[in-house]
Amino acid sequence: MEKVYVNSVGSISAQKTFDNTQFLEEIISHNETVLPVVNPNYKDYIPPAAARRMAKGIKMGVVASKLALEEAGLENVDAIITGTGMGCVRDSEKFVSAIIDNDEQYLTPTSFIQSTHNTVGGQIALGIKCKGYNFTYVHASNSFESSLLDAKLMLNCDEATNILIGGVDEIGEQTTKFHRLVNHVKATPIISSSELIESNTEGAIFSEGANFFVLGNHKIESSYAEVVGVKIYNTLNSSVSELAQQFLVENDLSVNDIDALVLGNNGDITFDTYYNELSNGMFLKTQQVYYKHLCGEFNTASSFGFWLASKVLKSQYLPEVAKLNKINPSSFKIALLYNQYRGENHSFTLLRKC
Amino acid sequence: MSKGVAITGMGVISAIGNNVSENYTSLIEGKKGISKISKIDTIHKNAIMVGEIDFTNEALEEKLGLPADNNYSRTALLGVVAAKQAIKNAGITDINKYKTGLISSTSVGGMDKTEQYYYEYLDDVTHRKYIESHHAGDSTQKIAKQLGLEQSLVTTISTACSSAANAIMLGARLIKSGELDRVIVGGKDCLSKFTINGFKTLMILSDTYNSPFDENRKGLNLGEAAAFLVLESDKVVKAENKKVLAYVKGYGNANDAFHQTASSENGDGATLAMEQALKVAGLKPSEIDYINAHGTATGNNDLSEGRAIQRVFGNDVPDFSSTKAYTGHTLAAAGAIEAVYAVLALQNNVIYPNLNFKTQMKEFDITPQTILKEKELQTVLSNSLGFGGNCSTVIFSKGQ
Repeated sequence: MEKVYVNSVGSISAQKTFDNTQFLEEIISHNETVLPVVNPNYKDYIPPAAARRMAKGIKMGVVASKLALEEAGLENVDAIITGTGMGCVRDSEKFVSAIIDNDEQYLTPTSFIQSTHNTVGGQIALGIKCKGYNFTYVHASNSFESSLLDAKLMLNCDEATNILIGGVDEIGEQTTKFHRLVNHVKATPIISSSELIESNTEGAIFSEGANFFVLGNHKIESSYAEVVGVKIYNTLNSSVSELAQQFLVENDLSVNDIDALVLGNNGDITFDTYYNELSNGMFLKTQQVYYKHLCGEFNTASSFGFWLASKVLKSQYLPEVAKLNKINPSSFKIALLYNQYRGENHSFTLLRKC
Repeated sequence: MSKGVAITGMGVISAIGNNVSENYTSLIEGKKGISKISKIDTIHKNAIMVGEIDFTNEALEEKLGLPADNNYSRTALLGVVAAKQAIKNAGITDINKYKTGLISSTSVGGMDKTEQYYYEYLDDVTHRKYIESHHAGDSTQKIAKQLGLEQSLVTTISTACSSAANAIMLGARLIKSGELDRVIVGGKDCLSKFTINGFKTLMILSDTYNSPFDENRKGLNLGEAAAFLVLESDKVVKAENKKVLAYVKGYGNANDAFHQTASSENGDGATLAMEQALKVAGLKPSEIDYINAHGTATGNNDLSEGRAIQRVFGNDVPDFSSTKAYTGHTLAAAGAIEAVYAVLALQNNVIYPNLNFKTQMKEFDITPQTILKEKELQTVLSNSLGFGGNCSTVIFSKGQ
C-alpha cells in the first residue's frame, strides 16, 4: 500500500490564511455570531469578468485550490474530490426566493446552475481542464472527511498520484436566519473569540471558508504530513473514548503517541460534551488544540482543522491561540483530529510528521 | 481484499412501479410512467410532463409507520422505501453483523420542504422541524437510522445526474479494498418546484413524452425515484451462502471539463468514463452485450453520448436503449434505478425498448433498440452523465 502525503495547502477562512508563508501570526477577533472570511484579492487569480459571475463558494474553492496547486508545483491533478455541506447556498436561496416571489416566472438559469452541489468541483476541473475523476461529497460535517477517505483509498491503491481535495461552504443569509430560529447559531456574540469554549450557551458561531490540499503518494519538498488514517461514523453507539482507542489500536498507536489532539469544539454546551470526554479523560495529558473560535462552524470547518494540524506538523509550532491546554510537547510527530456536529457524523483523522 | 463485488439485493420505487417486480413488468410491457404533474402546484403543469410516484407523502409516512411529528422530506421517504426493499431482498436480518456502509446520493435533498415553507419558517413555528432536513446528507442519515445502521461509514454523493452511479462506484471500491464487507448504495430524488423551474430555465424540458435518441426529441421529462442495491464481498457471499443477482464488474468516472451544464459535442468525458470502466472490468468493447444509455432526450446529451458510444465501440455498437422514456430523468436516482434495470436485464436476458423513438438522428447512424429483445446477456454497461461535466459508467455482469 502506498503512503499518502499532504503535499500542499490552500486556505481561505475567517483568519488571514491564504498566505502560505504565514501561520496565524495576526489573529482577527470577530465580535459577531457569523464570521466573515478574510478575502484574498480574487482578481489576482480569476479574470474579473468571470469572478463577478461566480458564487462566493466557487471563488473561494477555485482560489484555495489554485494556492494548493501552486505550492505543490502542479498544473493538473489526477482527480478532484470536493466536500461541501450545502454547496453554493446563496444561489439556492436566490433561486427559491425568485420562484416564490415571481410565481415561477422571469427566472434565469445562473443561480440554478450554481446551486448544484458539484459546481465548485466542476468549475475547478473546467479551470485547469482536468478530465479525471471528479466527486463531490455532501454529507454534513463528514463532507470533507469523505473526500479525504476517497482520496486516500485511491492513492493507497496507486490508482492516482496527485489528488486535489478540499472542503468548501459559504454563508447564506436566509439559511443562517433559519438556523437562528432553531438555536443552532448563538444568540449573542462572544466578546472575545477565545471565550467560545466557556460560553455555556447553545449553538455555534457560524462562518464559511475553503481549505484545499494536494494529496499525493510521493513525498515532495513542500510536504506537510502523512495521512495515516481516517474513519467516519454516522452515529455512535459506544463512547467516543472507546472509539478513539479502537482507532489508535488499528493504527498501532497508543494515547502516549499523540502529540496533539485537534478538536472541533464549537462552544455549543449541548454537544461539546463529546470533545470534553476526550479532553478531560484519556487525553488529559495530551496537548489539546481547538480552532472553531478562529474559523467558525460550517459543514466543512474540519478542513480548517486539517489545515491547522498540517501546518503544526510541518512547522513544529503551535500558535498560542489554538492551545486548549498547556502541555507544550517538545515536538509534534502525530496529530489526532476528532470532529462531529450536533452529535452526528463523527470523524477521526491521523496525521504524522513526514 | 475482495475480488468480486456481488449484488445481493435491490429495491426501487419509481413512476413505473413501487417495487422491483412492478418496475420489471412495466419495462417489458412498455408501460410508461409519464403523465401531467398532480402533486406539485406549479404554473408549468400544462406545459410539462413528469414521472411521478403515485404515493402521497402521507401515504408514504403511513407505509413506513412514521410518527406525526416526523421531519422527512419526500426524498427521504422514497429513499427509505427503496433501501428497506433492498435489505429485505438481500435477506439481511442483522445489518451490523458485518462492516457495513451506506453510500447514498441526492441532488435535491430536502428542497421540497424548504421551498414550501421558505417564508413561513420565519414567523410560524409549525414547520420549523424541516429546517434540519434541508441539507443533502439528511435523507441518508434517516435511511441509515431506518435500517438500524449505527456507528458506520455513511456518506452522500452529489454530482448531479451521475450521483447514484458514483455511489455504486465508491461502494464497489470500498469492498474491493477490504475497507467494508457490505455496502448499501443508491440514490433518491423527489420532484420539486426547484428542479422543475431550474430545468425550465435551461429550456430542456419536453412538453410531451420524451423520446431519447430521436431526431425530433424535444427535451427531458423530470421524474422522481429511489433505488438501492446491496453490494457484498466474496467473504460475506460465501459465509452467508448468498444468492448473487449480478456483479459490479467495472466502473469509470471522468470529467468532460467542457462546460458547467452542457456536454462536449464529441462526448470526451463519456468516452473516458466508458473506457475506464472497460479497463477496470478487464473487458473488450466487443464483450458488452447491452448499453443502458443515459439518453435523457435532450438535444445535447443524446448527440454527445451517441458520439461517445461510437468512439468507444466503433462500427460494432452493441444493442442500446434509454429507459428515460419510462421513468423520466430521475436525476441523482437515475444511476441507481438503471442499475436495478441492468441487473433485471441480465437476470431475464432481455433488452428494453427505447420507447417513443421514431426518426433516426441525422448526425450518426446508430439506432436504439425499439422493441423488446430477448438475448442471452453476460454484461450490461450503464451510463450516467451530469452537470459539472460529470460522466460515469458502471458495468454489470452475470458472472464474476
